[in-house]
Amino acid sequence: MKKNLYLLTVGVALTSGFVLFTDQAFAQDAATGVSADVKFILNSFLFLVTGFLVMWMAAGFAMLEAGMVRTKNVSMQCTKNIALFAIAGIVYWAVGYNVMYDGVDGGFIGTILPKSIPAPSSDTGDYAAASDWFFQMVFCATAASIVSGTLAERVKLWPFLIFVAILCGFLYPIQGAWKWGAGWLDGLGFLDFAGSTIVHSCGGWAALTGAIILGARKGKYGPNGQVFPMPGSNMPLATLGTFILWLGWFGFNGGSQLALGSIADASSVSRIFMNTNLAAAAGVISAMILNQLLYGKVDLTMALNGALAGLVAITAEPLTPAPIMAIIIGGIGGLIVVLTVPVLDKLRIDDVVGAIPVHLLAGIWGTIAVPITNSDGNFITQLIGIGSIGIFMIISTSILWLVLKFTIGLRPTEEDESDGLDKAEIGLEAYPEFGQGSQRI
Amino acid sequence: MKVITAIIKPFKLDDVREALTGIGIQGLTVTEVKGYGRQKGHTEIYRGAEYAVNFLPKVKIEVVIPSDLTDKTVQAIAGAAKTGQIGDGKIFVGPVEQTVRIRTGETDIQALE
Repeated sequence: MKKNLYLLTVGVALTSGFVLFTDQAFAQDAATGVSADVKFILNSFLFLVTGFLVMWMAAGFAMLEAGMVRTKNVSMQCTKNIALFAIAGIVYWAVGYNVMYDGVDGGFIGTILPKSIPAPSSDTGDYAAASDWFFQMVFCATAASIVSGTLAERVKLWPFLIFVAILCGFLYPIQGAWKWGAGWLDGLGFLDFAGSTIVHSCGGWAALTGAIILGARKGKYGPNGQVFPMPGSNMPLATLGTFILWLGWFGFNGGSQLALGSIADASSVSRIFMNTNLAAAAGVISAMILNQLLYGKVDLTMALNGALAGLVAITAEPLTPAPIMAIIIGGIGGLIVVLTVPVLDKLRIDDVVGAIPVHLLAGIWGTIAVPITNSDGNFITQLIGIGSIGIFMIISTSILWLVLKFTIGLRPTEEDESDGLDKAEIGLEAYPEFGQGSQRI
Repeated sequence: MKVITAIIKPFKLDDVREALTGIGIQGLTVTEVKGYGRQKGHTEIYRGAEYAVNFLPKVKIEVVIPSDLTDKTVQAIAGAAKTGQIGDGKIFVGPVEQTVRIRTGETDIQALE
């Protein structure tokens, strides 16, 4: 009897030990799936590939803006876009990255030091340090691109580039640190997956204060509230730019999963691709239908803006929505654009490419919408995040624009603006074979 | 000799050219122009804002002919360019004092044939 009991005990112990072992094995399988090395490789690969997709968005912004400005300002717009990407690339190394990510610790700002990269043999963690830097840098450049579109055709090159340097080196990283750098907003539970607020609204606020302080393009608004549209020079370029941005957005949102080392991560990235595409498609369709109903025709530029608004709206939470919710969230983004572009004109805020409705307003909408599909979020915290970043960006960018305005000046002379900034500041027409003749009548 | 100047709708250019070759007219000059008449332009909407397009695109054709062909030419142009809608354009007829074919030095009617 005693022996039997002994055997039974051993048997149970062995069996339970076996069960424990296999369970553990299963648990390990589910948690890691691949070795730490492979995980490191896959995560770094995700950062690099999605990072260069986001880098390509800089080309999208450049083409969209080149198409939406008049012929006489196209070279200038292209110059601003290549220059701002270069400036972002350097200042985000020199200060931006560490201001955003190094030692924020629940606070408001990291350290003001260049980003250092470990030797390949001592690169540890979940991903290569430089792959993370690269991925974060291209997001910073995106925020700067938003500003250039709104202020097109009437801001001087160098003052604008000084603004971009400070935006990329300090303003964007500081508010980014509050959430993505594990700062105080992150502690509160604010959610912004890929940056509806942190990237898009951030750039949108800077564009809004800039547009107000700079004023409208000469001749855009009449004395009695009339609006005189200034149609863009090249709709094929604007369309190409939008397609490039749409493509780049798969990197923007998909890469923000930040990991590819498990089946769950690969599935999440794929789900994000699908939701991102659904939201963009819904933004186009809703903008087209609303435009047809309101004005009796479809406006291509509104359809293009609708795609981008759908993309911005889904950016705050591209993972948790079911497909139908991604369509609704993106579709509302498209409606926001068609409804708010004329409101800005009523307020005499001249936004050349529609970046304020697309990036600021659809960004706010997307951020508010997070708790609808993600039970970890709540509306109050989302509003605190939107509001605090909004206040910070409004105050800081207003001061910066005003300092530039009253020191080196922001606007070209009236004559230079009328001649076009291509001629006045760049000395190179974008389409010399057509020249000014195409603008006269 | 007469010069016929006609302002027509751009999409009617091919019809007018065919009508003129049909009655034996040897050459014509075409210019893309903008302007307005009683149609007074129209309104367009760009990004939710309505704006007036004061000058509409038209095509101007000029052809110099012997005086006896004037009526035939005017009728050919008018017939080919007519849609019956507002904005069909106008035809002007004026005198021409002299014509020279640069290559040969031929003048007037000879230069037109």
